[in-house]
Amino acid sequence: MKDHYEFRVDSLRYLDDQGYALGDLPDVAEDTERLLAAYANMVLTRTFDAKAIALQRTGQCGTYPSVLGHEVIGTVIGQAMARDDVLVPYYRDQAAQIQRGVTLTELLLYWGGDERGSAWAHCPQDLPIAVPIATQCCHAVGVAAAFRIRGEHRAVVCCLGDGATSKGDFLESVNLAGAWQLPVVFVVNNNQWAISTPRSLQSGCETIAQKAISGGLPGVIADGNDFFAMTSALEQALDRARHGKGATVIEAVTYRLGDHTTADDATRYRSADELKHAWERDGVKRMQNYLHREGFWDAEKEQKLQADCKGFVETAVKAYLATEPEPATAIVDYLFESLPVALQQQRDRLEGKPGGDQ
Amino acid sequence: MSDVTLIEAVNMALAWEMAHDESVVVLGEDVATNGGVFRATVGLKERFGCKRVMDTPLAENLIAGTTVGLAVQGMKPVAEFQFMGFIYAGMDQIICHAARMRNRTRGRLHCPAVFRAPFGGGIHAPEHHSESTEALFAHIPGLRVVIPSSPQRAYGLLLAAIRNPDPVVFLEPKRIYRAVTQPVEDNGEALPLDTCFTLREGDDVTLISWGASLVETLAAADQLAGQGVSAEVIDVASISPLDRETLLCSVAKTGRAVIVHEACRNGGVGAEIAASLAESAFLDLQAPLVRVTGYDTVMPYYRNEQRYLPQVADVVHAVEQVIAL
Repeated sequence: MKDHYEFRVDSLRYLDDQGYALGDLPDVAEDTERLLAAYANMVLTRTFDAKAIALQRTGQCGTYPSVLGHEVIGTVIGQAMARDDVLVPYYRDQAAQIQRGVTLTELLLYWGGDERGSAWAHCPQDLPIAVPIATQCCHAVGVAAAFRIRGEHRAVVCCLGDGATSKGDFLESVNLAGAWQLPVVFVVNNNQWAISTPRSLQSGCETIAQKAISGGLPGVIADGNDFFAMTSALEQALDRARHGKGATVIEAVTYRLGDHTTADDATRYRSADELKHAWERDGVKRMQNYLHREGFWDAEKEQKLQADCKGFVETAVKAYLATEPEPATAIVDYLFESLPVALQQQRDRLEGKPGGDQ
Repeated sequence: MSDVTLIEAVNMALAWEMAHDESVVVLGEDVATNGGVFRATVGLKERFGCKRVMDTPLAENLIAGTTVGLAVQGMKPVAEFQFMGFIYAGMDQIICHAARMRNRTRGRLHCPAVFRAPFGGGIHAPEHHSESTEALFAHIPGLRVVIPSSPQRAYGLLLAAIRNPDPVVFLEPKRIYRAVTQPVEDNGEALPLDTCFTLREGDDVTLISWGASLVETLAAADQLAGQGVSAEVIDVASISPLDRETLLCSVAKTGRAVIVHEACRNGGVGAEIAASLAESAFLDLQAPLVRVTGYDTVMPYYRNEQRYLPQVADVVHAVEQVIAL
């Protein structure tokens, strides 16, 4: 036994709320193309998000979880990951998924009640989003264990919300990632609210990042609305993972600017003042301000980007709305690799049934 | 060919498949150095190394979820849960993810995993170590639930379960882990899943059972033969998906059926079998269907477990009842 044990959690922030650099920026600041691509993805995600909500409100899409306020986190994840890394997302990772190659039409199909919305063509090994909270953390360590067994230098990025850190799945996975030194990065999207439960009631921990320490992992806090802080934290963590140095927990601090889902009404449990203050720290606006100030951006470019994003989204919506439902037999055809005899009679009953809801 | 016990057959099947398929890995509590609390995995770490035989932290939910992650990456994980009474913490992962992965990704990903657990009473085990809750899993679409009842079937069915591209809950009747030995050829030959096994042919009544209860069921068939009653005995083996065809054909021949299982009666797999027979073989039946089962109560501690478990006399009595009609 030692006399005492010390642990620390570092906190990263490079930009202030208005997008002014607080000091020296990391190297990625030199990569203008990447900065512009990141901003474009943030705007595309936000445009898509608004449209998905509108579709739900008009009865053309099912319950949908807004990604408003999480665009920077997801964009950075999508940019920092290598193609052959594996993303293990939860349901507020649209920005990362779009970067990984999930199409807007696929996202709409999923939330529009169609299983084909997770049959992604462009990132075949990424996991489908996990709806049961934190369960995906265990999958992430399993995927990472497969990499370790096969001696592959690949990494897993696992996303979850602040509420998910209260669950055993997260803590058990952090524990295993430490014990087996697995190549995983857990990105905790701390958006302050788990539906109506505020961060303060979720845990007595001063930070969420410190939960990493219980598993022997480094935990770091990054401003989730600061592209540079997020990129720096994620690249360091991915580098550690790929070089056999094990897992990291990143607490990405942001604010859920929308309702939990379209079925929620956040005005029931949080104040307009709090929301107004959170908008002042918006990461997309902050990125725009930064780019503008550095001379990489102007009103004309902004107008063109907005129009382009709108166009992409409209095209995706058209494709989504034009997609016929699967035949009724599809509901049993993907249960097993081949249909068990026991299900044949039920499949026969489905054959020829009229198609599902549009 | 050597005479082996059921638990040795499990070990043989694991070793065969690990030797012939690099993607097969074993994980669970105490499975590596200790070889598992029942010794199902003994010797595997020494043979295949600790990268493929993994002692996990003590967390069943994690074991189940890690298994899902390994499986979607194309590994063929075989996870051990020390007792069925502890698998419940992993059910969220088995039900919400393993069983649904293929369906919810429309075949993009699938989950070729085996979840092994010893189950059932009769070995004087402590509380939570003796339950038979196979019906919980049989109810879940997308899962196979397989129960061997002899060393030969343990070997052949476990090989089939590991090779199957979909998740299999493989429940091992621990009361007969070491009860008998049987010659098992270590030749890598799998048995079919989704198929009942007719262990004994007969004309007067069909006895339907699985797992350790087949010991009493077969003994009852012997005794009934002495009384001039010819009983057909069927080992259901794959309780889900269920091979109704074999059961219906047998009942069409005998006109009578008695279902024997150790699990509680209420909502048990026996009820599903009885309903299927009533729906599809009603006109063949010459007597009501009868179930011989455990009681609808908490599994008693071991001083009373024999009073809970179906006995030979219970099966014989049930058959006498249906024959009398």
